[in-house]
Order: sequence, then C-alpha cells, then structure tokens
Amino acid sequence: MTTSKVFKNAKEATFDIKSNSSIMSGGFGLCGIPENCIDALSEMDINELTIISNNIGNSGRGLVKVLRQKKIKKAICTYIGGNPDLEEQILSNQIISELIPQGTFSERIRAAGMGIRGFYTPTGFGTMVADGKEIKVFDKPCLLELPLNADFAIIKAEIGDHYGNLWFKETARTFSPLMAMAAKTTIVEVEKLVNVGEIKPEDIHLPGIFVQRIFEGQNYKNEIEFLKTEN
Amino acid sequence: MLENKFWTKNEMIKKVISYFPNGSSVNLGIGLPTLVAEMINEDLNIFIQSENGVLGVKGRPKKNEVSPTLINAGKETISIKKGASFFDSALSFGMIRGGHIDFSVLGGMEVDVEGNLANWMVPGEKITGMGGAMDLVNGAKCVIVVMNHFTKKGNPKLVKKCTLPLTGVKVVNIIVTELGVFKPVENKFEIVELANKITVDDLQIEKELIK
Repeated sequence: MTTSKVFKNAKEATFDIKSNSSIMSGGFGLCGIPENCIDALSEMDINELTIISNNIGNSGRGLVKVLRQKKIKKAICTYIGGNPDLEEQILSNQIISELIPQGTFSERIRAAGMGIRGFYTPTGFGTMVADGKEIKVFDKPCLLELPLNADFAIIKAEIGDHYGNLWFKETARTFSPLMAMAAKTTIVEVEKLVNVGEIKPEDIHLPGIFVQRIFEGQNYKNEIEFLKTEN
Repeated sequence: MLENKFWTKNEMIKKVISYFPNGSSVNLGIGLPTLVAEMINEDLNIFIQSENGVLGVKGRPKKNEVSPTLINAGKETISIKKGASFFDSALSFGMIRGGHIDFSVLGGMEVDVEGNLANWMVPGEKITGMGGAMDLVNGAKCVIVVMNHFTKKGNPKLVKKCTLPLTGVKVVNIIVTELGVFKPVENKFEIVELANKITVDDLQIEKELIK
C-alpha cells in the first residue's frame, strides 16, 4: 500500500460521510473532541445520523451544533447532564436515544474493534439497562453485552504521524483509541502532524493500523468547561 | 432551627474521608464528592481515580498550570500528584469493574433499606444519564453515597423502596447526609452516627425502617 493516509483538512477527510451514517465521536465533554470534523459535519448537507459519543457535546458546544441542526436521528451516549439541548430533544421524543453505562459503552466499542463477539458484565443488573438482555449467573448475575461498531470514527489526538500512530495528551484519550479500532473508517485530526519515526515506538498510544485518514487541524478552541483553580 | 445542627458540606466530606485507610484507591462522582480531592490530607497516600482516564488526582491546579486536557469526570480542571497515570476509558472501567478500586463515592436521589441506589433519572422530568455510576457501584469494593438528607420537597431520600429507576441493586454500603451516617443492614437503616444534637425524629425516616 502506497496510498497516503494524509488529508489536507476536515472537509476532504470527511468527504464520504453521508446521511444515515453511524459516527463515533471521541472526547469527554469538550475535552479531546474532534473540533474540525464536528465543524465539517455541521457544514455538510446530511441528516439522519447515528452519533455514538459519551456526551454528544456539552454546554451548548461541540456536537450540540450538529444536534441543534436536527441532523441526528439517534444518540448513543452515557451522560446527558450538562447537555440541556440533548435532554430536551430526548424528553420531547425528537431524537432516539440509547443510554449505556460508561464502562459497558467503552467495552462494547473495544469489543467491536478487538473481535470479541460479546461479554458478560454485572453492570446494569436489576436496572432498566437489563431490559431484554440475556442474564447469566457467575459469582453474580451478569448481562450479555454485544459489540458496538460504526461506519466512521472522528477523533482527535495531540500528535500523529503519517502512518496514523497517535499520542494523546493527559486525559484527552478517553474513548478515542477504542473508537478508532471499532469503526470501518477512522478519521483523525491532530494538533501536530509529524513524520513517521518522530514519535518513539514505546510512546505510541494507538498504532497507525487502526487509522485510515489523518490531517493536521486548525483553530483549536480547546475549551474548558469548568475552570477550577486553587484559592 | 434544624438546619443549624446539620453538618456542613466539609464536615460531611470529612466523614467520608475517615473511611479511607492509608493507601486506598478512590473514585469520586460528580458534584459534592469531588470535594474529597480538595480536602484529603496528602500524607494519606490515597490514589484518586477519575473515570475519564486518570489515577492520581490531586486537587485544583494553580492558575498558571491549568490545562484544558487535564480534567475530572465533572469536566473541571484538576492537578495530579507524583505517580499519576493516564489511560483510555476501557482500561479505566476495567480498573473499576475488575475490583481494583477500593471506594466509590457518589451522589444519590434515593437509597433504600436494601442498599439499592437511584441517581440517574426522574422519568418524564430529568435525565442526567448513568455515566459511570452503574459500573462503579458494581465494581468498587465499598460504595459510599453522600447526599442531602431531604429532597427539594422535604422528603427523606432514605426510603423503604426506591421508586426512581435504579442505578444498582444491593450496592450501597455507607450513606452520609448532613444529619448523620447510615448503613443499610438487614432491610433497615443502621444509624452509625448522628450530627451533633440531631435526634432520630429529625431524620423523618419511618421508625420501622431504623435498626
């Protein structure tokens, strides 16, 4: 394969995202979100999207832009607190939502990328999350959970090389490497794109084999949701 | 005034911290529990985990050390201590689900005598989502719920049977409110401790529910 994974910008890297696509979007709240790809989605004439993301944006920002454009048909997420736009669309039945416990969410995405066909977890037993799921008793009752995959993953890393090897900063890693493994096409935006060899092999958090497209993003806001400092 | 006898938030958090042996690992929920990170004595060598992928949370950063990529699960800026580590969400929840976290401290809307917890939605009114709470209550070795004793309507949150959608079944070990410390034991609430001058009547919990 000599085809380059490097794209010029978000618009070019997201060219084949269409209506009805399922898209995983990395980050936690507004931390580590793929800002450029989200902006690209907001500018595309597409709708009926399934978005798989921990928060689907927060505090009116991030994916909330796409949410407000009514482009999202289904939201698969773990937490809604801090996202009044999403809560309102769910309570008024404008959007289909699937709320998943965060550990199950992570592991289902990981399983999809790792070839695991299902796993049992005690999380959610005796709650609404267990509705309709197979239960098997080990040391305690557990639910069968199945892999969660997607057509696309849009994620952000701090540094990436031309092969797609990635390095994430601090707590910005969250779901991004898992989503990269689970999606058919993974589109990565980085603060800094470097040549192959510039990231030390032992420092690579995600090997480039899981990445199909990469570009150096621009105009990052890297917004802080709740600034708290020492008194 | 009953309120004058209540523990303050700081006093409630001190009660929570008193349960941590030296060297334990602790996950903190969003809201009141995050105060633990600010109040804990550094000599205790507690490792605080936040499920968004950090073990070794210290407290608040200095103004010139704030980083938008260094946050806790409440999306607040934090600092870290020596020996801290970062990881992805699958590893983070493996740490939780795998039984490697000693204490989970989280908020509650209702706790009942069986130790059932509800804290993620009020049908038709409010959905916050469960986030990591369902994994935490099933994975941590000890679950401490720290919450206001009464709802906004003035009803006690310690109840016979939860009516809101559950977060976990038979998972709560300790409850800390501004009125006291309680344990769900044998389908009753055992009173471990009451705040100064608080009486059993002040709790407004049905008498037959108190051990």
